[in-house]
Amino acid sequence: MLAEMIQRLFERSLDDAAQAQARGGQWLDALWAEVEEMGLPLALLGEDQGGFGLSAAEQGEALMLLGKLAVPLPVAETMGANRLLAKAGLPLADGAAGLARADHLTVENGILKGRVERVAWGEHLSCLALAVGDTLYRVPRSGWSLAEAGSAVNFHPRPALEIAWEIDAEAPLPHCPLAEGATLRAHQIAGALEAALDMTLSHTATRVQFGKPLQKNQVVQHELAKLAGELACATAAAGLAAEALERGDVLGVAAGSLRAREAAGSGAGIATQMHGAIGFTREHALHLYTTSLWTWRDEFGGQVFWARLLGKAAVAAGGDGYWPMVTQL
Amino acid sequence: MSAIPFPAPPLDSDEVLALRTEFRAFLDKHLGHRTPRQRSDNWYGFDRQFSLEMGKAGYLGMTWSKQYGGHERSAYERYVVVEESLAWGAPVGAHWIADRQSGPSIIKFGTDEQKETLLPRIAAGELAFGIGMSEPDSGSDLAATRTKAVKDGDVYRVTGTKVWTSFAHEADYVILFCRTSGTPADRHNGTSQLLVDLKNTPGLTIRPIIDLAGQHHFNEMHFEDAIVPAKNLLGREGDGWNQVMSELAFERSGPERFLSSIELMYQLIEVLKGREDDAAMATIGRLTAQLAVLRRLSRSVAAMLQNHQDAGLQASIVKDVGAVWEQTLPDFARQLVDAEPDPRTAAAYAGVLANIVHNAPSWSLRGGTREILRGIIARGLGTR
Repeated sequence: MLAEMIQRLFERSLDDAAQAQARGGQWLDALWAEVEEMGLPLALLGEDQGGFGLSAAEQGEALMLLGKLAVPLPVAETMGANRLLAKAGLPLADGAAGLARADHLTVENGILKGRVERVAWGEHLSCLALAVGDTLYRVPRSGWSLAEAGSAVNFHPRPALEIAWEIDAEAPLPHCPLAEGATLRAHQIAGALEAALDMTLSHTATRVQFGKPLQKNQVVQHELAKLAGELACATAAAGLAAEALERGDVLGVAAGSLRAREAAGSGAGIATQMHGAIGFTREHALHLYTTSLWTWRDEFGGQVFWARLLGKAAVAAGGDGYWPMVTQL
Repeated sequence: MSAIPFPAPPLDSDEVLALRTEFRAFLDKHLGHRTPRQRSDNWYGFDRQFSLEMGKAGYLGMTWSKQYGGHERSAYERYVVVEESLAWGAPVGAHWIADRQSGPSIIKFGTDEQKETLLPRIAAGELAFGIGMSEPDSGSDLAATRTKAVKDGDVYRVTGTKVWTSFAHEADYVILFCRTSGTPADRHNGTSQLLVDLKNTPGLTIRPIIDLAGQHHFNEMHFEDAIVPAKNLLGREGDGWNQVMSELAFERSGPERFLSSIELMYQLIEVLKGREDDAAMATIGRLTAQLAVLRRLSRSVAAMLQNHQDAGLQASIVKDVGAVWEQTLPDFARQLVDAEPDPRTAAAYAGVLANIVHNAPSWSLRGGTREILRGIIARGLGTR
């Protein structure tokens, strides 16, 4: 049901003009107000915490939908930040929120200081769920200034923030914001790939060349089959990461996150190729998805970060211990 | 909308965890002595004694009714036994096909007599089956089958040639896909399936087809006016196409579609142990993530089968993506470790690598080529 509400909201209020504004770095204030009104920031929380009490499947569906609709607001990040803050027993966000980890930050005389790189929509957030070592801080907007502008591949803002904040909200870290963010992104990637597959199927059905629809060519059909395979893998990867996050298994998050990141690249590549030149333009909506896929696959710890983490654990398990490890992911 | 749905697989229950532990101990007891090179034969190892032990311990015919020697366990429990067998490189050849597809086909289409005589012996690990589908002129194009069975009183007289039949020289039976009326131009119509006793069929000659590794797994079965009792008809005469499609669905649904080269992964990890090589660690991490996700997709298929859902499309995706994994593993290994593969060495890594290099090409051919599978998936997406 939440999925239907999300679908209706963004189909109604998110048009090409709004996407273009977001691409210009502009915050979609009215749309965010609607997001809050619907209660989306608390969507991943239990009913006792003011949330929706969704099943794992419903949560996954909602997060995927944010990718499938190319929502140009940090809705997923806010949901994830609130899940993390709630778990830590800290106050929830009172607006949009971000997730970050920055172990190099210092604490002197009760002041948290240092620079946090590339925070999505950092200027417009109400707070940041920020991990430093084993501590989670809830840094309010007054606790940072903009240090440097930055932009993602989809042109949404990724500024660096200069934190200088007198600590008044901290707790032991329940789980890593990178794991939280990587899990959110895995779902968004799966959702965007679903949109890309839909578009590619539709384009290759209607585009006629050499007297027949593209999709009547076997070579095109096989590319579509590969894209469907990448989508299946990304969706399964998101589910794997979500289950692992729930039980606090960082290796499972790594596995799910990695495979989704990989599918983002290969899937976006196939979709663009099957669209031909039109897929390389802003005239066709495919670019909203491909540029977001190329954004999300490198965020919240990159591919190499997670791959080394998982690879080191696998090699440490050894030849005999490898399979038992895999069955626990 | 267009996505092919894979339901989330069930979390391992206590029963499933206990089964996994118990079965690992069983494998260790019976197979602990095998070398890496032996393990790397994976599902093309053949060991009657091991299959008898599997049967004795209740690991064959797991989902079948007790009436037929089965154990009435869930499809998911069977999945656990199958994937653990493959992960251990167990020599499953003497029960593999019978347990996976021949037995289920007999349950679905067989007569009471066929069920009573064959199923308990399959579940006991006593009967090995082969697949009688491909022909010299009909590989992927199964409907072009020429092998002809003509009813003559209470027997069929069979003439024709089948190829690529793994272990026909060792096995007891094959399910033969053949034409009982019409001509190859009739395509799906007029085909049937016969149970052929490999040890006791006058007019049947079995010849080896040696593969590029120099091994004898494949065979050619030549039927020259061979006599098969009419009571060995499986299912209905003329219904062979539907039956063989059902058999292929059983064949394509398992985890053997990505675990064929898993021993190479173990050996690669052993070689990399102690190395401070970030790039190598990252490659192992990526491969592990791919494997974990394949396993999840495959467990989804098992869950769908458990719920009696049609998983043909999902299984094709798992096989297509899975075959890429198992087939490209030697290339990843070669990027990380310099070693000349040697099929005759006793050294673990070079020997396993050679075995995998030799056999990997077949993994996107067996049970439906990559091209056939992608065609099936494309049709499922509504493109044809």
